[in-house]
Amino acid sequence: MQTELTFDETQKNILSGATTCEKVLDDYLQKIDSTKQLNAFLSVFHEEAREHARRVDRKIASGTAGKLAGMVVGIKDVLCMKGKKVTCGSRILENFESLYNATVVDALLNEDAILVGKTNMDEFAMGSSTENSAFGPVLNPVDKTRVPGGSSGGSCVAVAAGLSHTALGTDTGGSIRQPASFCGVVGLKPTYGRVSRYGLVALSSSFDQIGPFAHTVRDAATVLGVIAGHDERDSTSAEVPVPDYAQFLSKDVKGVNVGLPVEAFADGLNDEVRSNVEKAIDVLRAAGASIYDIHLPHSRYNISTYYILMTAEASSNLARYDGARYGFREDEARDLASMYTKSRSEGFGAETKRRIMLGTYVLSAGYHEAYYKKAQRVRRLIQNDFVQAFAEVDCILMPTSPTTAFSFGEKAHDPLQMYLSDIYTVSANLAGIPGISIPYGTDTKGLPVGVQLLGKQFDEPTILRVADFLESTLKGQES
Amino acid sequence: MKLNENYEPVIGLEVHAQLLTKTKAFCGCPTTFGSEPNTNVCPVCLGMPGTLPVLNRNLVEFILRMGIATNCSIAPRSIFARKNYFYPDLPKGYQISQYEEPICTNGWVEIDIDDGSRKKIGITRIHMEEDAGKSIHDIEVDTLVDVNRCGVPLIEIVSEPDLRSPKEAYLYLSKIKQIVTYLGICDGNMEEGSLRCDANVSVRKKGEKKFGTKTEVKNMNSFRNVERALEYEINRQIQLIEDGGEVVQETLLWDANQNVAVPMRSKEEAHDYRYFPDPDLVPVLVDEKWIARVRADLPEYPTKRRDRFVAELGLPAYDADVLTVEKGVADYFEETLRKLSSVSGKPAKEDAKQVSNWVMTDILRVIGEQKIDIDDSPVSPNRLAGMIGLVYDGTISGKIAKEVFEEMLTSKDDPKSIVQRKGLLQVSDSGELEKVVDEVLASNQPQVEKYIGGNEKVFGFFVGEAMKVTKGKGNPKIVNEILRKKLQALKN
Repeated sequence: MQTELTFDETQKNILSGATTCEKVLDDYLQKIDSTKQLNAFLSVFHEEAREHARRVDRKIASGTAGKLAGMVVGIKDVLCMKGKKVTCGSRILENFESLYNATVVDALLNEDAILVGKTNMDEFAMGSSTENSAFGPVLNPVDKTRVPGGSSGGSCVAVAAGLSHTALGTDTGGSIRQPASFCGVVGLKPTYGRVSRYGLVALSSSFDQIGPFAHTVRDAATVLGVIAGHDERDSTSAEVPVPDYAQFLSKDVKGVNVGLPVEAFADGLNDEVRSNVEKAIDVLRAAGASIYDIHLPHSRYNISTYYILMTAEASSNLARYDGARYGFREDEARDLASMYTKSRSEGFGAETKRRIMLGTYVLSAGYHEAYYKKAQRVRRLIQNDFVQAFAEVDCILMPTSPTTAFSFGEKAHDPLQMYLSDIYTVSANLAGIPGISIPYGTDTKGLPVGVQLLGKQFDEPTILRVADFLESTLKGQES
Repeated sequence: MKLNENYEPVIGLEVHAQLLTKTKAFCGCPTTFGSEPNTNVCPVCLGMPGTLPVLNRNLVEFILRMGIATNCSIAPRSIFARKNYFYPDLPKGYQISQYEEPICTNGWVEIDIDDGSRKKIGITRIHMEEDAGKSIHDIEVDTLVDVNRCGVPLIEIVSEPDLRSPKEAYLYLSKIKQIVTYLGICDGNMEEGSLRCDANVSVRKKGEKKFGTKTEVKNMNSFRNVERALEYEINRQIQLIEDGGEVVQETLLWDANQNVAVPMRSKEEAHDYRYFPDPDLVPVLVDEKWIARVRADLPEYPTKRRDRFVAELGLPAYDADVLTVEKGVADYFEETLRKLSSVSGKPAKEDAKQVSNWVMTDILRVIGEQKIDIDDSPVSPNRLAGMIGLVYDGTISGKIAKEVFEEMLTSKDDPKSIVQRKGLLQVSDSGELEKVVDEVLASNQPQVEKYIGGNEKVFGFFVGEAMKVTKGKGNPKIVNEILRKKLQALKN
């Protein structure tokens, strides 16, 4: 089955003539159709993708194919594709079609990736389990009684279950890294500003970043190289040159200084997760990396700071879904106020409404100073913690999530417990730094454990290098 | 309307000026006024999911002109904020504006008040923002929304509460209009809404230091309305206090048809806009070099220009005022004067009044009648100067000049060819004019008798008759000379 190969391997086969894009795509489409119960995809572009695959095959024959020729990619349904639905996992946008392509979509198409479909997600990327999708939850292919993590559960499962080579997700507080850890794949959140957000339906504009899921660090690096770069349509995208990330995958970590935040290894960390992460640390040490304890003194404020600022921005970003111009409008509405309240009450799910209310509250007159402003100040302190830490170390290692995948319903009724599953991931979004989660062993139930690496702003090369090395040691053990 | 003299009104104005940038504030859509509804739009200004704003640098350029012209401090770093509220003509559910850290603060302008002195009016801040769309409430069809105006750039100019009468408010607003039009950043048209004004009004007993409770008056869509609405509101507040009541903080809408201000919302109903920095936009950075460049490119400030017209060109203050109300008019005047002086070879000071008369009485009348901009005047400065030149060199008389001018409104020909074509050349041939004078004297014996009898007032009558015979083309100076000579001879 070709769907068990990495993109790197597949492309070699395609270029050598052993197979074609069309054949590869067909295998994936078959698998997508036969695993519908996973609920990973919200829409699949069978015919269009086939046509595209044939076109790429012709380009390969004529030697004009792009870097991603042969790559089958899933796109989180929060990214816009012209003429395609972009539901954001919400009833309020159930039948909404985008007028344009997101910049990342154009970037993938320009390099001849085949976009196979749009993937399921927590409504407006709000959630850590993909249970908040208006279109049903996504199942974890490792154990179908468990959640895949979220909010990019569909994209993660698309890769984990072999339904696409890679997939794009978005990470606002861990929505790429946490599901990657739960499903045993690689998930990369780039530096804020590394990838254009144009065409990403915003949850929280100062946190959102687009990044890839992949089977290998190399494949993730390949996708990043294509989607990264300045975009004049996104003022917050950085004018920092994009390096060739593959050149850093040296299988060598000698001399790399790795920091372990003392706060992240304290209470609340599951023992099995801890022991797997400690194995990774030992492997790095043995390979010549230097390991240091570091402190991130303000990390205990991560979750509260994040949930104040994220909800504040979200409450504003989601104001446009009001039933006036597009999307869901409650027919019963008779005047302006009832159109707003009925459309938004019916169109949004519970978690989305909870966050809109929280965000509205923290921005309100009288509370603005105590919540929003204070959280802004704490965010700067958290950022400073990282600046100081990175003065001493090249990257930071810690678990991606305090636990392995939990069961459906386990945390769905306790928002606070759900929010705490982001405890190790939100700091990268608060600080705007890159983070990657790679699978590193399993617990006794066979559930994947993720190890997370954080780097300096725009220093994706270092975390890719260390992640790639760790990945290779794991493969060595397996074989 | 007379205001109660025991009270002093305290007024501050918030003026919105729509900027004349070619494209919108945060996308590339045109800002053209009067297009078909919902045609000047794109995913960004429609607030489509996933779109992001990108700042139009010209917006910064324009507000820098205004900030520098009004003596503001320019922030090296300023930020945009979101002003959140729900309305169907606001597609994003928020307006991008500036709140904390605006780009211009602490400026001032001067107004000429009635006692002849100049008064400084403080400007608290000037900031950038985007306009919302328009809702058209048509009872038959429902409410219709036109989003063409969404994202059109505005600046908001907030004054200090330094204004002490409706007249001062009017003068201040006129000054703001004059400056924005001078700078070429706004067309200043209140009726079309490119200049909008809200007022904060309170009253206090004369001598009192504390401000009274203020109300906000909105919807004053003409200069005249601003004065009337303020008079109304000041009187209402004074009356209320005199009757033992208290002013309540509220927002009022001016109804120009009924001449009343109607309560719109109370303090309790005021919006909570939940301002916060817009995370989609990066801070606006302005360095000294940019400020210096804008300052160097700034046109001459209207008050300065007015003073120069009086001091250097010897124009009466009245003329200087009229000519400098609009930059276009002042430019037109100076251009004409420059052209004329280069032909006449005289210092500009000697020609200035002549040109001023033509511009004030004839050009301004024509553009007023035709409702056009002075830049589109059918008579260009060049042609006007050419025509005045013909009067100077005796080619035509002042009277004929009016006729030539009228012809120039419809003809593109230069004044000289019009004069030739229409046979309007001045007759200066004394032989020919002597014949005319003889004829006039011969056919008006009774008047000649009167003149000889000592009534010299009839002299003017003879001049008029002679001009009539020449159809206005007789050189009046020569006609005068001949008449005087002949009548003197008859007298002797």
